[in-house]
Amino acid sequence: MPAPEIVEALRVRFGAEPAPLGVSLPAASLLAAMRALRDTYGYRSYVTATALERDGRFEVAHAVRDVEMNDTLFVRVRVQRDGAEIDSLAFVYAGAEWHEREILDLFGIAFRGHPDPRRILLPDEYVGHPLRKDFAIETPWGYRP
Amino acid sequence: MSASAVRVVEREFGELALNMGPQHPSTHGVLRIVLHLSGETVVRAVPSIGYLHRGVEKLAEHLAYDQLAPVFERDDYLAPTANSHAFVLAAEALGKIEAPRRGRWIRALVAEWQRIASHLVWLGTLGLDLGGALGGGTTLYMYCFREREKILDLMESLTGTRFHTNVNMIGGARYDLDAETAARSSALAAEIEAALPSLAALSGGTPIFRERTRGVGVIPKDLAMGIGVTGPTLRGSGIRFDVRRAAPYDAYDELPFEIPIRAAGDAEARFQVRMDEIVQSLGIVRRIVEGLPAGPIFSRKPLKNPKATKLPAGEAYVAVESPRGELGFHIVSDGGAKPYRLKISAPSFRNLQVVPHLLPGGLVADVVAILGSLDPVMGDVDR
Repeated sequence: MPAPEIVEALRVRFGAEPAPLGVSLPAASLLAAMRALRDTYGYRSYVTATALERDGRFEVAHAVRDVEMNDTLFVRVRVQRDGAEIDSLAFVYAGAEWHEREILDLFGIAFRGHPDPRRILLPDEYVGHPLRKDFAIETPWGYRP
Repeated sequence: MSASAVRVVEREFGELALNMGPQHPSTHGVLRIVLHLSGETVVRAVPSIGYLHRGVEKLAEHLAYDQLAPVFERDDYLAPTANSHAFVLAAEALGKIEAPRRGRWIRALVAEWQRIASHLVWLGTLGLDLGGALGGGTTLYMYCFREREKILDLMESLTGTRFHTNVNMIGGARYDLDAETAARSSALAAEIEAALPSLAALSGGTPIFRERTRGVGVIPKDLAMGIGVTGPTLRGSGIRFDVRRAAPYDAYDELPFEIPIRAAGDAEARFQVRMDEIVQSLGIVRRIVEGLPAGPIFSRKPLKNPKATKLPAGEAYVAVESPRGELGFHIVSDGGAKPYRLKISAPSFRNLQVVPHLLPGGLVADVVAILGSLDPVMGDVDR
């Protein structure tokens, strides 16, 4: 977890709330908050992004790191499941580009302003987004693990 | 990019679009890169991945915790235990399960031996990539694989399998180290240490190797951090970050070792970092065998029904330093017997993302040198 003064500054400036492994932000302030984290608070290194579906909403978490302070922070955003759209961080952290494409591919969450919004792991003509909870794992012949 | 779009680029801009892969020996698996060439120079590179996507993250939502560790060993197939290691550590963090000290040391021992084995494969295939200049390429490859074979034999006597060792379990290690295997481990460490100078002479010691790698594929510090490259690739760019030191797990907070770094950021720097890491890992395995604590190796009751293990609701992110870098598992549990959501943060995926930034401006021959120095494993990239 980051230093308390950074958490407090994020709360005052961007409306951040505490969340597991980091903070949770309103979707509107994500871009500004990540720019501030990178430029002001020293979180210059990108780690990973993950997403999940819970209670009919999507959560997207970006993990960024301050290498000198040895701290990894998960910044999370919640959006409605239908027509979900989140600001892309690809121009803030270059590493977000592929991770956002992966989330776009497997969850179907759109990223506003993404430079290359294509599927990354699955074929371009694939239908559906496998990591959504309503995507069935059963095969037509009835196999399930 | 579709085939018609490639043809348009060729006609309009006088560039040649060349598909490298997915069946190309130097792409180490099934990586495809669309290279846009102007003569011999790369002007644009578009990597295309996903040929080995097996959907383990979806599968993980349908299997019980105790069934999962062997599944993840199939991800990064050059260092299988690193995957299950990260998973069991994340599950232990989530369930507040303490592994006994001896079990943790044995897990670290296997992890370090597999780091050496993985680096030997990397060195051998780098020799193949750089090709005829290095004694026909296959010379170095064969010497590396001869040493690696001994490590696999050691793994076999320790765990019964050469490769997918299944040594990691939630709550400790599955196999104990007996005196004979411990003695073999120490003898093998000395043997590989003796072989290292000749391997180094065959690779970094030749002027042609230096010519091919020095100043090639330079990753500046800022790009390395912004992309989030990790492992030896990050340390080759002069950033001293190693998960074993930054967030020590298992035995690493008790073992002294150094984190080799190089400032240059080119392919040669990444080569030197990995060579130094082999030496450090040999020191670690020696210290583990010397100081291995006594006691149990597993802290839970013997498993009768693997589906009965439930972990409390919550979230955990735990990473290990795999041979390729920071391999993180983010597990979200809803209190059930299966993960609610499991994300694998793969080091090869993060390292490969730097490729479109590195290749433009270089020659086609540099593409294989750069890819070889990044050491991607496609099973790890595509998961």
